[in-house]
Amino acid sequence: MNARRAGDRGWLLEADVPLDVAAAVRVSFGNRVEEVVPGHATVLVVGDISAGELLAVEAPPSSRATGRMVEIPVTYDGTDLAEVASLTGLGVDEVIAIHSGTTYTAAFLGFLPGFAYLVGLDERLLVPRRPQPRTSVAGGTVAIAGPYSGIYPRESPGGWRLLGTTDAALFDETRQQPNLIAAADSVRFVPL
Amino acid sequence: MIEILDPGPLTTVQDLGRPGLAHLGVPPSGAADTLALEVGNRLVGNRRDAAALEATLIGPRLRFERAATIALTGACEPRRITVAAGEELRVGPCFSGARVYVCVRGGIDVPEVLGSCSTDLLTGIGPAPLRAGDRVAIGPEPAGDLEDVSTRLLHDGPLRVVPGPRDDWFADGALDTLCRGAWSVSTRANRIGVWLDGPALERARTDELESEGLVTGALQVPSGGKPILLLNDHPTTGGYPVIAVVHSNDLPRAGQLRTGDTVSFRLYP
Repeated sequence: MNARRAGDRGWLLEADVPLDVAAAVRVSFGNRVEEVVPGHATVLVVGDISAGELLAVEAPPSSRATGRMVEIPVTYDGTDLAEVASLTGLGVDEVIAIHSGTTYTAAFLGFLPGFAYLVGLDERLLVPRRPQPRTSVAGGTVAIAGPYSGIYPRESPGGWRLLGTTDAALFDETRQQPNLIAAADSVRFVPL
Repeated sequence: MIEILDPGPLTTVQDLGRPGLAHLGVPPSGAADTLALEVGNRLVGNRRDAAALEATLIGPRLRFERAATIALTGACEPRRITVAAGEELRVGPCFSGARVYVCVRGGIDVPEVLGSCSTDLLTGIGPAPLRAGDRVAIGPEPAGDLEDVSTRLLHDGPLRVVPGPRDDWFADGALDTLCRGAWSVSTRANRIGVWLDGPALERARTDELESEGLVTGALQVPSGGKPILLLNDHPTTGGYPVIAVVHSNDLPRAGQLRTGDTVSFRLYP
């Protein structure tokens, strides 16, 4: 593991399994950490902790990140279904069957409150982001780009390929746990 | 209650924000100039994290429905004034800096969302920006005494920056370029970030950086090479490399940058 300075109060840890490292950092330092933010291959830690202390953290088996299973009902009516089918050489039905036939893992959250980067996408569905992002994507839109699948929690600009829509409330600040999907959760899309 | 007669270009409610939720994608938000918020709250005997009004470029026009002790801080000479019931207060324009704080004894009392009263302009969490005709409540009388806080001197020196976390993604000399000249604040400057104009910072690596966590004060550099200084409502993760991060003690000054200002940086330590 390697630690990069992220300001006078932060470190960016390069980690093979960011979720496990994030969990171990929380267990080891408790209230001494202000933020622990897993990324694709990093964990940002903000707090009054030295790099030495952080690098000494071993992820014990007990801190292994585990999550719940979250099922997302989806209507596969996305604007980009036909385009994804043509980019991948698959039929629209196959795109839907493959996307909904996979169990994903929430690698990390970011971009917007409640937006989970879901990994585990079948390689047959690897498509790049749109060259020009859309200025507006509706909340509840299920989309893919690169190695990820995701769900726009609210209306926002976006460059991912749109496969369908869900009524699931991805983020509700009035709930005890405002985000529907947490890092390390498993996610399945259930076609309606 | 306080009636907002005219909010000016942008007036929001701000306290110290909602740190600790970045892993859910929730920005820290909170006062862009935390020092001004603290000074104002001490002047009126509030807890230092009490919510206040944060006004941008031109202060609001307010009518106080009851007598109140208030403090004005930030982009103005810090001062404490009392207003009578029914009195109107015109805060006026900011002459130096971008944000003025109206701290009221008792604090601004709006419902907390995720532990904070702050308006987050990136995500829409918290109360909406104030509009003419809105009324906000004043909280209960605090136990604290009015405190005479000595006037804060805004020192004009360069903002101190800690290199990294991705300084090695830039060409040799990019940090020198960052710290050599004066950068001008472009027309895009808000609570999310301050887009700077100056020489392009050359990248050594042009491959895509995968998304990683961001801190307030990060100097994030998109492909054009012009840095964006991230402020309190910044996205929690991003895929542009961060060449350096403004020292936390200098963030209140970063939070006062406005279009047309020049800003310079020096390496810390």
